[in-house]
Amino acid sequence: MAAIIDTADIIAPAPNRLAILARIMLGRPATIFAALIILVFVAVAVLAPWIAPYNPLAQSILKINQTPSWAHWLGTDQFGRDVLSRMIYGSRNSLIFGLLSPVLAAIVGTTMGVVAGYFGGAVDRVISRLVDLLLAFPELLLAIIIAAALGGGFWNVVAVLTVAFVPGFARIARAQTLSVKQEPYIEAAVAVGVSTPVIIFRHIVPNIAAPIVVLVTLWVASAIRLEASLSFLGLGTQPPNPSWGNIIRDGLNNLFGSPWPIIGAGLAITCVVLAFNLFGDAVRDALDPETAS
Amino acid sequence: MVRYLMWRLLDAVPTILLVLTLVFVCMRILPGDPALAALGDNALPDQLAAFREKMGLNVPLWQQYLDFLGGVLTLDFGRSLMNNTSVLQLLVYNLPYTIELTIAAMVMGVVAGIPLGVLAATHRNRTADSGVRVFSLIGYAIPDFYLGALLLITFSLNLGWFPINGGGDGFVDRLHHIVLPALTLAFVKAAFLGRLTRTSLLEVFGKDYVRTARAKGASERRVIYRHGLRNALLPLSTGMGLSLLATLSGSVAIELVFNRPGIGKLLIGAITERDYAVIQGGVIVFALFVVLVNLLMDLVYIVVDPRIRVT
Repeated sequence: MAAIIDTADIIAPAPNRLAILARIMLGRPATIFAALIILVFVAVAVLAPWIAPYNPLAQSILKINQTPSWAHWLGTDQFGRDVLSRMIYGSRNSLIFGLLSPVLAAIVGTTMGVVAGYFGGAVDRVISRLVDLLLAFPELLLAIIIAAALGGGFWNVVAVLTVAFVPGFARIARAQTLSVKQEPYIEAAVAVGVSTPVIIFRHIVPNIAAPIVVLVTLWVASAIRLEASLSFLGLGTQPPNPSWGNIIRDGLNNLFGSPWPIIGAGLAITCVVLAFNLFGDAVRDALDPETAS
Repeated sequence: MVRYLMWRLLDAVPTILLVLTLVFVCMRILPGDPALAALGDNALPDQLAAFREKMGLNVPLWQQYLDFLGGVLTLDFGRSLMNNTSVLQLLVYNLPYTIELTIAAMVMGVVAGIPLGVLAATHRNRTADSGVRVFSLIGYAIPDFYLGALLLITFSLNLGWFPINGGGDGFVDRLHHIVLPALTLAFVKAAFLGRLTRTSLLEVFGKDYVRTARAKGASERRVIYRHGLRNALLPLSTGMGLSLLATLSGSVAIELVFNRPGIGKLLIGAITERDYAVIQGGVIVFALFVVLVNLLMDLVYIVVDPRIRVT
């Protein structure tokens, strides 16, 4: 068995990760711009307690529906809460759900896909049928249906977003596993008696990782959008906790008061999603040159 | 071809059964006690017991499942907990609004998106192409409910051109009410279809038969529409199917933004009020829609690509 692992030293070294990163970053100006937006977004989310000018939950009947001013850059909402502070804290939800759910979905989906692809037979048929069915549903609709049963709350939202993304990962992982399974090195590993878990984790998973990683980066944007949509519908982050989606919902209920919460929060979602889309495209082009157009 | 059709229709039956089973599992098993989920943590024990009795939750699970399937087959979805209206009646009232919104958005999206894609593909790497690219980047990023809210603020609230809420009565009024919601959904759709049309057309333009058509002196117009677009139709019809489903899920938020009646608004309202029977009915309608659209997509393939009929 040791002999098989040692072959890793003989084959050509993997391309330098820093070189890949540099190629992504310097390829297009749009990517640098996108990366800057993402950096600002992450910094704002992490530093929220230090940079938010007010407590995002503090209400004041004396300051309702104010237009933007030096004291309140984006004005206040119908409860007199500072909109900018709510947006700054809301970015934390977008960041957490945006990163957590694609990663969790990748873990669950890849497991399902690898199991289906590697073992085949009845297991494969059951998983594939389920995945095909779930893939037929748009992510938002799937999320709404599951949220209808589960309700809101942090872990429920994590579960909903994860389930919505699992089928995509499962399909890619299954297809990749099927092709990797045909490789001579898998046959060799089986022939020398390597145990199944070792084959899966040492030989299959690392070889199907690239497209999975690409999918994770592409879906961060989708997850942020989906969280915003669910919170807008009242199925995601529950008030009074701020999220970009429920800030827009509050804004719509207060349409005659002030349009600024809607304008500000919506612009934030659009910019961050746009940035992650551009960045995800760049990562895909760098890691997966075949699909690059 | 008839055999293919029959086979495809038959294949939809287990899919529908599977979908209904998943809905049943989601609604009955996931939240633990549906009575507790519907009535809340403060419900008294006899209230819970009465609810279970009323909703048929006292019988064994397999019998509940059969009752559930029987109910769906006979279109009996129970009654709303809030106002005791039959769920079927609520669905029948709201469904036309969702369907007309989806169709209007779809038509507007296709009418705008495909020509945009043709424009981009025929002016590759020129200003028009970049313009379409920026448009589709924004369309991919902007949440539909945000765009809808912006249109509502600008054109209804400030300019007063369109009504602020409702679905309208009578044909002209309904048309007037549908413009902004449909435009919102169509924007996202046009961005998606425009990009897809561009990619598919460029791929076709690289083919030998397009070169041959040009070589024999066919007009550019004929090359684009007769040879180009005709062959790009297959990926496009897949895209339109996906886009139709996306419009349907997008309609939920849009109905909320414009305060329009519809299945989405009904469902979201039912979720907030924990109106169990209505939630179930709304979810079933959406799920069946998805199965139906997928079936429709397969049928469209047969029309668009005659080669499928043979196999």
